[in-house]
Amino acid sequence: MTSRERILSAVKQNKPELQPLPETATFQSDYPDLVAKFSEILRFIGGTPVLVANYEEAETYIRQTYSDLPRVVSKVPALNHLATTDWDVVDPHQLETVDLAIIQGVFGVAENSAIWVPEEQTGHRVLPFICQHLVLLVNTADLVPNMHDAYERLNVGESGFGVFIAGPSKTADIEQALVIGAHGARSLSVVLLQNS
Amino acid sequence: MNHSEAAEVFTEDVDRTTWHDKTLWFVREKRDKAVFQIPEWEALREAASRIKHNALSNLDEYLLEFEANAIKNGVKVHWAADGREHNEIVLQILRETGATQMVKSKSMLTEECHLNDFLIEQGVDVVDTDLGERVVQLAGEPPSHIVMPCIHKKKEEIGELFHEHLGTEKGASDPKYLAEAARQHLREKFLTRRAALTGVNFAIAETGGFVVCTNEGNADMGAHLADVHIASMGIEKIIPKARHTGVFLRLLARSATGQPITTYSSHFHRPRPGQTMHIIIVDNGRTTQLGRPDFRNSLKCIRCGACMNTCPVYRRSGGHSYHNAVAGPIGSILAPNLDMRKNADLPFASTLCGSCSNVCPVKIDIHDQLYKWRQVLVAEGYVDTTKKQGMKLMASVLSSPKLFRFSGKAGRTMMRLVPFSVSNPLNPWFKQREMPEPPKESFREWYVNRDKK
Repeated sequence: MTSRERILSAVKQNKPELQPLPETATFQSDYPDLVAKFSEILRFIGGTPVLVANYEEAETYIRQTYSDLPRVVSKVPALNHLATTDWDVVDPHQLETVDLAIIQGVFGVAENSAIWVPEEQTGHRVLPFICQHLVLLVNTADLVPNMHDAYERLNVGESGFGVFIAGPSKTADIEQALVIGAHGARSLSVVLLQNS
Repeated sequence: MNHSEAAEVFTEDVDRTTWHDKTLWFVREKRDKAVFQIPEWEALREAASRIKHNALSNLDEYLLEFEANAIKNGVKVHWAADGREHNEIVLQILRETGATQMVKSKSMLTEECHLNDFLIEQGVDVVDTDLGERVVQLAGEPPSHIVMPCIHKKKEEIGELFHEHLGTEKGASDPKYLAEAARQHLREKFLTRRAALTGVNFAIAETGGFVVCTNEGNADMGAHLADVHIASMGIEKIIPKARHTGVFLRLLARSATGQPITTYSSHFHRPRPGQTMHIIIVDNGRTTQLGRPDFRNSLKCIRCGACMNTCPVYRRSGGHSYHNAVAGPIGSILAPNLDMRKNADLPFASTLCGSCSNVCPVKIDIHDQLYKWRQVLVAEGYVDTTKKQGMKLMASVLSSPKLFRFSGKAGRTMMRLVPFSVSNPLNPWFKQREMPEPPKESFREWYVNRDKK
C-alpha cells in the first residue's frame, strides 16, 4: 500500500461522523465610508493612502513623491510614461534593481486595507515583492467592506497566482519592535482613484 | 529535562522572565484591541470552528478533491506517512532539480519533521528566511514560538549573532539596523537559490490552491524566484471552499499579532511558466489524533499562537521548556500524540485557567484536552509514581474527617515548633515562596469554640 492509500484509509477509518458546514459563514460590515475606513486602516499598518480624482493627479503625486528613484516599472498603461525603461525582462531575477513598481490592484478591502493583486496585473509574480517601493492603484468604486465580500467577488483559482497586499513588508521579530521593510517593499502608497 | 526543570532554569533570571512575560502579554493586548473592533467576532469563531469540524469529518474526500484539482493545475502532489518520508521526498525533488541549496520560509511542519538537520546531513545548504527563524538558525536553536520564533532573545544577543555571522558592527543592537542587515543578507540568498520551500496556511479543496501568509514577504521572494517551489502541509490544513479563506484570514492575524491581516496573503494555484510546483501532504501522526475522540479537535488549529501569548505558564517558562516544535498550550495537547513517553510532562505545564480556550479563534477546548491528557497519561503509566502516591495520600486524608483534623493540627504545631520542616528546599512549595505563619486554630476549632468565649 502506498502512503497515499494508507493515509486516506486511516482518515476514512478515524474521522468522526459527518458534521455539516455552518449555515452562517459570511457577515456584513457596515462601514459608512469605505474610503475613510480603508485609509484609516492603511495608515495604521504603515501604508500611505492618497485620494486623487484621476490618473493625471496620480501621476503628479508619484512624480512628486518618488522623484529620487531612478529605476521605475509601470504596469499601469495610463502611467507607462513614468517607467524609466520598458523592463520587458524574461528572467525575474533581473528585477532585483527595481526601485519603484506601479501596479493596478483589482479591488481593495476596507476592513484591513488589503488589495487583490493577481499575476495578470504584475507581469512577473515577484515584482510587487522585489521592488524597493510599491505604488498600488485602486478605484474607490472597487472597495468592498470585508473579506467575505472579497471572496464573493473573487474567482480565486482563475489566476495562477494572486496576493492580497496590505501595507509595506514588515517584521517585529526583534523584541517586538516594528521595522518597516523586511524582505518586500519598504514603502507602500495606495492611490485611490475617484473617477476612472 | 522535563518542562518544570527547564522552566526552573528559565526563571532563574528573574528580570528576563518578567521581560518575556510582558512582551508576550503586549501581543495579547494587541490581539484584544483588534478583536474588539469586530462586533461579529464570536460568530466568526463559531463559523471557523464549524468549518474545521466539517473539514475533519470529511477529510478523505476533501483531500482527494484537493489533490485532483492541484494536479489539474499542474502541481505535483506527494504523500508522506511520516516526517522521514517527507524529508526523503524533499531530498528527491532537490536531487532531480540538481539543487544543493534551498531557501525556506516558515513551516512548523518542517520543524516537526526535523527537515533542516536531515538536509544538512545530506549536504544540502538550507537557509531559513523568516527573520526570527534565521536568528534561531544562526544560534543553533529551534524556534521558541510558532509566530515569533526568537521572542526569547534580546536585541543585544541578536546583535552579537549578526556581528559574528553577518558582519554587522560589534555592539550594534538597533532592531532597524539589524533587520536591514538581514534584508541584505537574505536578498542574496533569494536571488541565488533555485529551490524554495514554504509552509501552507490553508489548502482549498475546491480549487486545489494553497494560501501562504507572511508579513515579511520572504515566502514570495523565495517561491517566485526559484525554479522549484515545494509546499509542505499537514493533512489538516484543508478547508472546503475558497470563500472559507475569508473567514480564516479575518481571524488569523488578529489573533496572532493584532494586525487586521498579514501583509501578504499569497494564493498559489499554478506554477509560473518554466517552474515546477510540488505539494507534500503529510500525516505524521495526524490520522492517529483524528481517531482520538477527545483530542481530534486539536487538528482544527490554524497556528496563530494566541494560546501561547495568553498562557501564564508559557509566558513565564519560555517556548524551549516545552521541548517540542510547537510549544505552549496547543503544543502540549499535540505533542503527547506524537510521543506519550517523551511528552508526558507537557499537559501538566498548565494551570488549567482556560485562557487559551477563550482566545482560540477556532474554539479548540484546549484546557479540557490538557486535563483529559493528564488522565490518559496517568492511566497508561507515563506519569511519575510519586505524583500518584502523593495524590493517594492526599485523597485518604481528605476523605477522613478525623485524619484531616489530626493532620491539620499536627501540621500547624510542626510549623510553629520546627519551621524548618516545611521551609526547606525539599518542599517544592517552599521554592520561590515564603511559607505562611501557621494560624493558632483552624476554622473548625474557631467555629466550635465561638460561643464558649
